[in-house]
Amino acid sequence: MQRRLTGSASDPRIRARYRRETRFKAYTVTALFVAFAIIVAFFADIISQGYTAFWRTEIQVTLDYNERAERIGRFAINEDLREIVSRGAVRGIPLEIRNNPELAGTTHERWVPVYSRIDQYFKGKEALPPELEQQVLQLKEAGVIRSTFNWAFFTAGDSKLPELAGIFSAAVGSIFVLFVTLMFAFPIGVLSAIYLEEFAPDNKLTQAIEVNINNLAAVPSIIFGLLGLAVFINTFGVPRSSALVGGLTLGLMTLPIIIISTRAALRAVPDPIRLGAFAMGCSRWQVVRDHVLPLSLPGILTGTIIGLAQAMGETAPLIIVGMIAYIPEAPSSIFESATVLPAQVFTWASEPRKAFMEKTAAGIIVLLAILLTLNATAVLLRRKFERRW
Amino acid sequence: MGIGLTTLLLLAALAPLGFLAYRLGRGKALGAMATGISMHSRPQQYGWYSVVWMGLPALGVAIAAAVLSVVGLISPSRELVLIVSIAVALMGLAHGLRAIRPEVRARNALDNVIRLLLLSAALISIMTTVAIVFSILFEAMRFFREVSVWEFVTGTVWSPGDTFLEAAGRGDEVGEGTSFFGSVPLFAGTFMVTAIAMATALPIGLLSAIFMSEYATRRQRGLAKPILEILAGIPTVVYGFFAAITVTPIIVDIATFFGLDASYSNILSPGIVMGIMIIPFISSLSDDVINSIPQSLREGAYALGTTHSETIRQVILPAALPGVISAFLLGVSRALGETMIVVMAAGVRPNLTWNPLEDMTTVTVNIVYSLTGDLAFDSPQTLSAFALGLVLFIVTLSLNLVSTYLVRRFKQKYD
Repeated sequence: MQRRLTGSASDPRIRARYRRETRFKAYTVTALFVAFAIIVAFFADIISQGYTAFWRTEIQVTLDYNERAERIGRFAINEDLREIVSRGAVRGIPLEIRNNPELAGTTHERWVPVYSRIDQYFKGKEALPPELEQQVLQLKEAGVIRSTFNWAFFTAGDSKLPELAGIFSAAVGSIFVLFVTLMFAFPIGVLSAIYLEEFAPDNKLTQAIEVNINNLAAVPSIIFGLLGLAVFINTFGVPRSSALVGGLTLGLMTLPIIIISTRAALRAVPDPIRLGAFAMGCSRWQVVRDHVLPLSLPGILTGTIIGLAQAMGETAPLIIVGMIAYIPEAPSSIFESATVLPAQVFTWASEPRKAFMEKTAAGIIVLLAILLTLNATAVLLRRKFERRW
Repeated sequence: MGIGLTTLLLLAALAPLGFLAYRLGRGKALGAMATGISMHSRPQQYGWYSVVWMGLPALGVAIAAAVLSVVGLISPSRELVLIVSIAVALMGLAHGLRAIRPEVRARNALDNVIRLLLLSAALISIMTTVAIVFSILFEAMRFFREVSVWEFVTGTVWSPGDTFLEAAGRGDEVGEGTSFFGSVPLFAGTFMVTAIAMATALPIGLLSAIFMSEYATRRQRGLAKPILEILAGIPTVVYGFFAAITVTPIIVDIATFFGLDASYSNILSPGIVMGIMIIPFISSLSDDVINSIPQSLREGAYALGTTHSETIRQVILPAALPGVISAFLLGVSRALGETMIVVMAAGVRPNLTWNPLEDMTTVTVNIVYSLTGDLAFDSPQTLSAFALGLVLFIVTLSLNLVSTYLVRRFKQKYD
């Protein structure tokens, strides 16, 4: 076949090639826009499902601390409101009276949360039987039903009653777990990285450690859960479901991330700095401690924050070590049973009751907000301290 | 006395001793220098030198005792260990102070101690791998004592359900051999979900990478890359919720519209969402690879009169192929081990089918379900989780090794 080396724009074959060029570029742009559209749809979906959980419906009731209420809290409220007021809101009244006997016989006006189905009704998510609907609409008309910001979502622990459930105990659990993870993975990770980057001779052992760390970083997280179960719980007797076992398991998982990013940060420090320090008579450790480490600290911290953010969103290994228990009260030590934010999201997501769905989505919003903040902090930190040598 | 308290007491005793050792060691060196003797190292280094002599043997004794009692050889009382350790610390302190002499190379000795400390930190990662392999292997062996490897690998029926009755002490209600551990349906589900995920992630990820590295301006690239990477920072439990609550109903609706029958725990939905999760892995790795291809290759192609897209398809992509394959394999390895998305959105019924609209279950789902129930730890169903985990570990490890090898070959070629 004869090949044409030159051609004009009117040549149909050239035009076909240009058309193919445009088409190919369009494919790549489309792919990127599909990805963006997915991101937008994803966030819109989660936010639209979850934002209602940040509000809750409350009703103003007169609590009558009468004799019957000393035994069962529900008797403190007017009979025709008992279908409307949340059971959990008046559960504490007998205890309140016992602790403070002067309260007996008094009455109090108070705003208390309503039943989740009525809350859901006002959010337009569930229907009510006509009589009940009539009643709550009248109450709304009378101004004794209001919608306020749901502070309890941030200050309460998990509950079987959706209107009372909050993320506090899971958030405390997450903090405990991350604390253990940090205490375990940060020192060991940084020390390993210093060894590999600054001290290690180039021999078989060093190579083995390197290959090994790269592979650990890619092991599925659920495998770390199996390890935590078999080693920490069954061999060392660390309490199941505790923040300690969760933190150690996630620590092993975060370790390679911290090592890899610390090594990159150490490698970014140029050699003349080391040579200068050596020339002044520093020992190797003095060079690292006084010169290389301070210069690479921002990079190390960035890597650590990213590693912690990843650990914070992890669920699968924690389920394996039992961290999906029902935890209404925040744990007070790392040895107690605890749950974490993503595990709380998982527990709520498996609840069949519809009112928990908005809780799940709201928990996700909080989790994503924290993670995005952490990652943004890491990026800013890197930008602020990044040095070009 | 608990382990925690003992450790605390030991550290509480060693901390002031360490401070004392430092002051005394440095003091001795300073005193010697004041009399005009020239010492090999700095006074602080002699201080640390005596701290090491004080602390290291004592900690060694304590750790050795702890290891011995965990292994079960001897179990000395914790009070004894505490007293012996502190005695050793005092002896070490005395020796360390006596050893401070002008010719002692405290600085070099310290560097060696630190080197050992750093090395032992680096060995923890190796120990983690060894622990993974041994703990999983050990439990998996116990499983294979009851279930033959052949049945596990080739069996097409997975129904461990009856072992639950055995665990509940009602084993006599079950006939012989009614629980089956044929893992083929589980692996079929895992491969199905992986295939769907990669079919979603590869085109979107690769084409986005091509746009970002070949067509985008610097500003577009600086904007697009971080946005795509948001996808990598989203926790998997969130993807699971998204798959189960949003994507699955959409798929069922679409299938119903076309007159098809789709399950509410169909495997297509977790597959697609998993693909979305993997997009940033594919795109950022491919982007790196395409960027590291030398400009001379592009210029050579342009000189021959090819258009931009022809250059990409016929020069850049073939050159970048090993890197892209490596990104693909890493994506596959992530998809195989992904747990939360399938736990929340896929089914629990082992099902051998080619239809992605049916419900299928996966390896990871079964690991989670067999370890979250109230089963005895040595029931075959619980142990089966470790057998499945072992296979998963081996497969992902091999994929990672191949992937690292390909990237290294690629880098050697162009760097």
